[in-house]
Amino acid sequence: MNLTLYVWRQKGPDKPGRLEEYEAKGISPDMSFLEMLDVVNEGLIKKGEEPIAFDHDCREGICGTCSQVINGIPHGPQEKTTVCQLHMRHFRDGDAIYIEPFHAKAFPVIKDLIVDRSALDRVMQAGGFVSAHTGGAPDANAVLVPKSYANVAMDAAECIGCGACVAACPNGSAMLFTAAKVAHLANLPQGKVGAARRVCMMTDAMMNEGFGNCSNHYECQAVCPKGIRVQFIAKLNREFMKSQTTTRRD
Amino acid sequence: MILDGKCPSGPLSEKWDKYRREMKLVNPSNKRKFRIIVVGTGLAGASAAASLGELGYNVDAFCYQDSARRAHSIAAQGGINAAKNYPNDGDSIFRLFYDTIKGGDFRSREANVYRLAAVSNNIIDQCVAQGVPFARDYAGYLDNRSFGGAQVSRTFYARGQTGQQLLLGAYSALSRQVKNGSVKLHCRSEMLDIVIVDGEAKGITVRDMVTGKISSYAADAVCLCTGGYANVFYLSTNAMGSNVTATYRAYKKGAFFANPCYTQIHPTCIPVSGEHQSKLTLMSESLRNDGRVWVPKSSGDKRLPHEIPENERDYYLERKYPSFGNLAPRDISSRAAKEVCDEGRGIGSSGRGVYLDFAEAIGRIGEGKVRERYGNLFEMYEKITGENAYRQPMRIYPAPHYTMGGLWVDYELQSNIPGLFVLGEANFSDHGANRLGASALMQGLADGYFVIPYTISNYLAQTKPGKVETCSPEFVKSMVECEASIKRLLCIEGKKTVNEFHRELGTIMWENVGMARSRESLTKALKLIPELRAEFWKSVKITGSEAELNQELEKAGRVADFLEFGELMARDALQRNESCGGHFRVEYQTAEGEATRDDKNFCYAAAWEYKGPDNEPEMHTEPLVFENVHLAVRSYK
Ligand SMILES: Cc1cc2nc3c(=O)[nH]c(=O)nc-3n(C[C@H](O)[C@H](O)[C@H](O)COP(=O)(O)OP(=O)(O)OC[C@H]3O[C@@H](n4cnc5c(N)ncnc54)[C@H](O)[C@@H]3O)c2cc1C
Ligand code: FES
Repeated sequence: MNLTLYVWRQKGPDKPGRLEEYEAKGISPDMSFLEMLDVVNEGLIKKGEEPIAFDHDCREGICGTCSQVINGIPHGPQEKTTVCQLHMRHFRDGDAIYIEPFHAKAFPVIKDLIVDRSALDRVMQAGGFVSAHTGGAPDANAVLVPKSYANVAMDAAECIGCGACVAACPNGSAMLFTAAKVAHLANLPQGKVGAARRVCMMTDAMMNEGFGNCSNHYECQAVCPKGIRVQFIAKLNREFMKSQTTTRRD
Repeated sequence: MILDGKCPSGPLSEKWDKYRREMKLVNPSNKRKFRIIVVGTGLAGASAAASLGELGYNVDAFCYQDSARRAHSIAAQGGINAAKNYPNDGDSIFRLFYDTIKGGDFRSREANVYRLAAVSNNIIDQCVAQGVPFARDYAGYLDNRSFGGAQVSRTFYARGQTGQQLLLGAYSALSRQVKNGSVKLHCRSEMLDIVIVDGEAKGITVRDMVTGKISSYAADAVCLCTGGYANVFYLSTNAMGSNVTATYRAYKKGAFFANPCYTQIHPTCIPVSGEHQSKLTLMSESLRNDGRVWVPKSSGDKRLPHEIPENERDYYLERKYPSFGNLAPRDISSRAAKEVCDEGRGIGSSGRGVYLDFAEAIGRIGEGKVRERYGNLFEMYEKITGENAYRQPMRIYPAPHYTMGGLWVDYELQSNIPGLFVLGEANFSDHGANRLGASALMQGLADGYFVIPYTISNYLAQTKPGKVETCSPEFVKSMVECEASIKRLLCIEGKKTVNEFHRELGTIMWENVGMARSRESLTKALKLIPELRAEFWKSVKITGSEAELNQELEKAGRVADFLEFGELMARDALQRNESCGGHFRVEYQTAEGEATRDDKNFCYAAAWEYKGPDNEPEMHTEPLVFENVHLAVRSYK
């Protein structure tokens, strides 16, 4: 396959960026999207040009490092698939492909397709944990967890923290990301104890980091590579309401 | 030199208690005077940093990813072992210990492995308390599955994403300490050197991967939790950034590297599809609970799998190892796959593949149940190959996956350099010559949550806090050297890309230091690797500058280390004139092709000491003493 790529190039955080055109030649349909970019980059290096910088690590759809907007869609056209798991057999010979970083107010560009997503870490640091000390935990079977609850918790916990939800949202909101963590823990007895405090701290952090609000576009759910559902945002809102009515904040 | 693992004396089951009784403690109000560096935020690093921070130490944690949560541990799929014996099927701490020792082909240290088995149960308790959503049954109890090399069900799991859930648990504990101010995170930071002051590890030098700035950090102790080196093979199941740099550079500063030749080739990975391949994807071993491995009976059979009748299929694992069948340990399963492919019975266009077939399981328990157990793995398989494994068998082939070798450590997880502790896959201590499935996650978390908080205190209690600062000459020298080696790489301006060199090294390693090794192939590798290395330093091409985010430069530094390390691996494999676990020397096998160990001459851990760029490294040994198990011929028949 031969393709024409339009790739966002930006030297650094405060530098201007623009789309540059590249040819990707002799691409096999069995290649992953990132392997296609590897080929392009090898060509650029040989010509003495700087390769396209992009984030990636596990290349199996679990670490959440890869982060590209392909033809306007975070992670590209295939449902529930990260860029690294997207394969070229989903494109056609002669296609033009636009590749951009995860643009969002809270994700400043570092270089080319690489953005700074540390804001998500700070939302987690605000309260995305159960305050369990190391050691002294009761036997794992001491508290039973109904299978259905465990399953819902796991559905939420599958979030890989890639930030596609933020990139897809017209408001640049991190609501789905935050909701997934809140819902994961609120569904388990172990997480219930700190639930009220957690939801307040995390939503505060979310606002402070410059993420926008949710106005029900559901774009986040549409692009989430792990299929995290917007029902969890409802759960987040419910947990938030509960925290306002049942506990005093300290 | 004969090394001493410093295991406490006394009965096996009382050693750890004895250690804890006798170790020295740091008084709570003194803890905050100490600073500890933790490199790596995988299971080992995140759990260590979180636990140490919680105790009151000041911790600086480093990782090369943009977030601590993205460490390679995130990719582990199948599960984590513990001796809970919830299923009442005969498990015990001793049995988990014994299975791990036997699985490692009697090449690990008894006392360490016993401690690992003993704390395994605490890990599960800890993770559940953190909110790790392990699989449960309808009554709300935790569920278990089986893994290779064991006849009990002791593996806990969270769908096919156990590593992810455990790491997110450890990451949440870490986040909590960041909030408390006890841990400071340094992401996108690559450790380039370790700083030794008066013979003790007192800091590291790192490169800020965004700005390119080289700086040093001083501390009272350093923990390396930097994972394994399977990427020396270029293609492996590891994340693209996994590297040997941290441990190798510690080796060059005097830390001994133990058993580098012990590498694990995992039997169930998606086969290579072409030249462009950048990494290989694991299909979890848990699939072997329900999948049956087979190839056609006759060589050159090109029919589609469903066209081959039952009686013309060879379920070779079930045939050769009736009591463990498809759950035979990894080294054995991988070699068996290689063997049938060498006989021309491999499947797929390259002939390097075998089937993993779920038809029987789907018939027995239904597609729904199979989907519930392995749905995400089947999806992943389809994304990569475009094939539906509910309808046709998966194609799999062995691939480099895990490395049992690592920096030498004693019972306290301390290397031969005082103050340098090594945890998780980066050390060598618990898995001998072969690791059993679901034991790496157990080890990483055991080391981080339940071992290092004790053993590091024993060291710190005997030192003065804040002895060194980064303005001391050792730190300045380290920074100058790191800057110089980066400059040296950038000014080569050759013709070949870093990837091309890495791929070539991978081919040399896979062909000569891979699943089957011989004196001849190893000697050849020892000739080819230095040649390739010389060419690398003459003609590698790296674009961009050092003062910016430069991924080619990052890769080049790692590949430069692999190009030296590969030689050490081959050298170690060459001296070990026996076959054991993942180290299979074709000269040492039975008539049936099983590995032949030589306990008389090789019952030791080999620990290599760096002797400078122009000298051969020196081998030291730690004799392995077995007081509680009988060194048996490993049989899974
Ligand atoms: C696909 C796959 C599936 C697996 N499945 C299982 C399983 O089911 N069960 C099981 O028990 N085991 C499994 N394993 C093995 C297990 O995942 C690993 O052995 C284990 O997670 C290693 O943990 P770690 O903490 O030692 O290192 P890692 O998780 O590899 O973490 C290494 C850390 O070190 C950092 N680092 C490395 N080098 C540097 C440097 N130079 N400077 C700064 N930071 C650095 C990285 O950023 C990272 O944070 C699997 C492995 C793979 C590849
Ligand atoms: S690189 Fe890990 S999810 Fe894509």
